[in-house]
Amino acid sequence: MKLPSLRDVATEARLLLIGIPVFLWTMIPIYHMFLFAISPKEDAFSGKLWPEHPTLHNFEIVFKQQHYFLRDFYAQFWNSTLIAVAVGVLTLFIATAAAFSISRLRVPGGRMVLNLALFTYFIPAAFLAVPMYRTMGNYGLLNNHWSLILAMVTIASPYAIWVLKQASDKLPVELDEAAVMDGATTLQIFRLVYLPLMMPSLVAIGTYAVLLAWNEYLYAFLLLSNDREITLPVALGNFLAADDSPWELLMTTGFIYALPPAAVYYAFRRYMVGGLTAGAVKS
Amino acid sequence: MAITLSGDQAISAPPLSSRLTPAQVWGIILLAPYLLVFLAFVVYPVCYGLWLARAPSNYVALYHDPIFARAAVNTLIFLVIGINIKMLIALFLSGFFAQQRTWIKWLSVIFILPWAVPSIPTILSVRFMFNPEWGVINHLIFSFTGEDGPNWLNDPTVALTMAIGVHIWKSLPFWTLILITGRLAIAQDLFEAAEVDGASWWQKFRFITWPSMQTLYITCTLLSMIWTLGDFNSVYLLTGGGPADLTHVLSTLGIRYLRLDQLSLAMASIVCAMPFVLPLVYFMMKRLSR
Repeated sequence: MKLPSLRDVATEARLLLIGIPVFLWTMIPIYHMFLFAISPKEDAFSGKLWPEHPTLHNFEIVFKQQHYFLRDFYAQFWNSTLIAVAVGVLTLFIATAAAFSISRLRVPGGRMVLNLALFTYFIPAAFLAVPMYRTMGNYGLLNNHWSLILAMVTIASPYAIWVLKQASDKLPVELDEAAVMDGATTLQIFRLVYLPLMMPSLVAIGTYAVLLAWNEYLYAFLLLSNDREITLPVALGNFLAADDSPWELLMTTGFIYALPPAAVYYAFRRYMVGGLTAGAVKS
Repeated sequence: MAITLSGDQAISAPPLSSRLTPAQVWGIILLAPYLLVFLAFVVYPVCYGLWLARAPSNYVALYHDPIFARAAVNTLIFLVIGINIKMLIALFLSGFFAQQRTWIKWLSVIFILPWAVPSIPTILSVRFMFNPEWGVINHLIFSFTGEDGPNWLNDPTVALTMAIGVHIWKSLPFWTLILITGRLAIAQDLFEAAEVDGASWWQKFRFITWPSMQTLYITCTLLSMIWTLGDFNSVYLLTGGGPADLTHVLSTLGIRYLRLDQLSLAMASIVCAMPFVLPLVYFMMKRLSR
């Protein structure tokens, strides 16, 4: 066995000196949330680093909706799911059609539409929230799921179009030409040639839109207010309304709420990292 | 080539009514859904908002509102100090994560978590950690020193610093990830050659890493600044703008005016930010649509 040299040990030690703080910094807020989820109220509020009696009782309360703040948990979970899926599907439809039109069909004015989309992408979403709120009121959509769905589609589409346009520019033109020679119509090219080849990017963009909608707080809390219509993040925010909030239940619900996006992210990481970071910043 | 041409001609067999090819007609039809969304939910709200904010009296009112001035300063601190610290850490960590070690690979998987999970529960988790009476931080301070810890979020400077900290916690992984891809794109033989010449780590960074990553780094910093202007959650969920409305940033201030039913002030505060936002946006668009 070869003993490591002093220099190797020093290098490893220095790396650990960075790695350990990074690990702690990353995990402490998440661990704290998990700790609350498995702690009875007394333990949670006594500042212990591990509960004396770890329990799943909090989860039971949440799943049985046995608390005032949780009486619509399932309805809210369902709202979050429904809205996220609807935003994913609609964004994919709108963005794929637009990217195909701009990149493959070279529709006149396509370049300008792309620039407008890019411009919208860069305007901070919180700035658009104020006028969006009033607009939804004018359209009579406030407190309706469609308001949040449409708002999130508006926010997700520009980036989606831009990434999909970049990806479809990379497909060789000869494919379309060959299909045209075989007598394919435009829609057949779209369905049979374009969509299958774009699949990895579509998965990335669909995931992006679903996660964006699931995680959204600001728009959800502005546009929806009825207890049975709101999404989970708004319900979490509402916990703060009371002075003696049941923080252990808040953290338990938050933990349940955070699990699906984390799972989705790790499941699709392969696509996300390739498809999204390439588009996020082109150096 | 000749075949392709005749194929094109077959498609564009002269329609009498228009000069568009069927492909272009489909192009317009397929572009229509996005255009509709854009007109209904971007153009109309923006124009309507600008119209609401048209009266000069709004800007006079903003000018006299100390909360607005404070929010503008806070936003500037958030952007200039917060983002630069974040990007410097990201640059540093990208070097760390580029090391080939199994445990660093595993750590990078964990490191992504803050970005992968929604920010609401984690920010609230941080908020309770710093609760003066029940939070774990002050419990630990008490058990070590026997004295009560400070009322963290009640001090505007500390509260704003913590909001910046929460923002960094949330978005550091994303920017680190992007800078790692930038770093991995640098040819390794440059470093090997520098090693042979006996270059120090600083010289390697100064003459190899930085020149190759400079553009990416600056693009990332500007992009992060634009996006951070819209970071509502870090401030709102941690401090709620308090204490005494001293930790607002422009994005939470707009919502505060909205809640107080002062919509024209809300819009005016956003319009005031535009002279700073639009040049950045223009610059980014130039850079990305090359």
